[in-house]
Amino acid sequence: MAKEEIINTTSTEVEQKQYTTLNLGPTHPATHGIFQNVLTMDGEVIIHSEPTIGYIHRAFEKLSERRPFNQITPITDRMNYCSAPINNIGWHMTVEKLINAEIPKRVQYLRVIIMELARISDHLICNTVIGVDTGALTGFVYLFQFRELIYEIYEEICGARLTTNIGRIGGFERDFSDKAWAKIDKFLKEYPQALKEFENLVKRNRIFMDRTIGAGPITAERALSYSFSGPNLRAAGVDYDVRVMNPYSSYEDFDFTIPVGLNGDTYDRFMVRQEEMWQSLSIIRQAIEKLPDGPYFSPNVPDFYLPPKQEVYNNMEALIYHFKIVMGETDVPKGEVYHCVEGGNGELGFYLISDGGRTPYRLHMRRPCFIYYQAYPEMIKGTNISDAILTMSSMNVIAGELDA
Amino acid sequence: MDSTVQEKIVSIIKEKFEGEILSVETPYDFLTINLKKENIVEIIQYLYDHSEAKFQYLTTLCGIHYPEAGQIAIMYQLHSLVNNWRIRLKIFLPAENPVTPTLTTVFAGANWMERETYDFFGVKFTGHPDLRRILNVEDMIIHPLRKEYPLEDQTREDKKDYMFGR
Repeated sequence: MAKEEIINTTSTEVEQKQYTTLNLGPTHPATHGIFQNVLTMDGEVIIHSEPTIGYIHRAFEKLSERRPFNQITPITDRMNYCSAPINNIGWHMTVEKLINAEIPKRVQYLRVIIMELARISDHLICNTVIGVDTGALTGFVYLFQFRELIYEIYEEICGARLTTNIGRIGGFERDFSDKAWAKIDKFLKEYPQALKEFENLVKRNRIFMDRTIGAGPITAERALSYSFSGPNLRAAGVDYDVRVMNPYSSYEDFDFTIPVGLNGDTYDRFMVRQEEMWQSLSIIRQAIEKLPDGPYFSPNVPDFYLPPKQEVYNNMEALIYHFKIVMGETDVPKGEVYHCVEGGNGELGFYLISDGGRTPYRLHMRRPCFIYYQAYPEMIKGTNISDAILTMSSMNVIAGELDA
Repeated sequence: MDSTVQEKIVSIIKEKFEGEILSVETPYDFLTINLKKENIVEIIQYLYDHSEAKFQYLTTLCGIHYPEAGQIAIMYQLHSLVNNWRIRLKIFLPAENPVTPTLTTVFAGANWMERETYDFFGVKFTGHPDLRRILNVEDMIIHPLRKEYPLEDQTREDKKDYMFGR
């Protein structure tokens, strides 16, 4: 059957014919996460697919309604766990917007460094996994050691690796140590070389190109209708990036380009992510170069930023603030804010309604994965199963973000 | 977004839907328009088609429960990518029987967002192609994000507010 013919097949026709039903997932090594797709197949061609999600739903929005603001940060870790610091910092900035906190320039630059490192680690996994799904395991194994380096940098800064809980409302818990800077330097020195090698292996590889070009395409029009964002939207040719559209955390100070694709297929998504990694590296270098002096936290938010331990032991006010914060007893102003950051997968938004209490009245998280994954059945209609697997890995669907 | 732009957007809506606007707020400089619930899809379609406004991107959609007022609000956040304008539209539905027409006719992406809102708030979107629960199990009988379902066991005494001097 020709592809157009398959796309135009109505559901009653599907019922009349004999098709194979295949369960892809919920736990399947090729889906890279826990979600199920019931595929209706004609031979190897997918006629229809029915996604089921929610296997790891953990009620984040409900949980947030009972937690003080600083205790919500660890929840955000568990959304897109491949780039947890972006979620953390996005949440911190949402609260800072609500309480009108002035954040020092140095903190903003340090945040940019961390967020761009997180973006690299996110895209690195996604792109190497596309390689794995096309049969190129080498790149994955080779580049994974650099994710390890990024995790070591996180570890040096906040003590955690995967679910980072990095920083606090108002800044970082400590300034970057010399060891952290040394590790960042090491990463910046070694990673471009390895990335280049990976790119050379894959980018113009005939097998890789044949497998990915034209696999799971989406037009810009459909992508916008489906509210796509991030690399998947840009691969379809729309240059929407929150970092440029609504700059936060001083992104306007840096010089970088937004790569866009043309066809919105797997190859374009791969290439957009690849180029974004180069851009991220350049942003990190610029941020280090321009890094201003100053405090690593905002002194204007004592209600939210834990005072240094020495202060707590010697100063009554600091002790009071310490207890207030730890017990989650700080009230915030009434209001509703929306703040979005460019996450690894796209526009990660926090819509926060506060009634003036110690917890949010309502917190809605705009999770890019959840929104664009609904286009998946449309994108894989008429392709075969190996392309469907590739499409899924190139969309970078992260179960944690999907199910909240 | 500066106030002239905000006034402009409000006037664009007023051109055709003068009587639909309940109130206009700008919390944290974000234009929020509370609307009557009847013609919400027409208004969004109008903003989508409008030659200048071009609100052609649905950023997000969610429910908010206000038990005292007996209302469930639906918040639609639209983004005009061409102008970089963001607005929030809100409608208020009665909490006992929240029914509103679906937005899937305008945005394909509204599908799962509405399913999520149905799942968590019980809002029925008429005309929705596939209104089922999405994140929770099918046989769940409650809509968990409503405020009448508290997060913790209510028989517990050790976490009551007076224990903390509140």
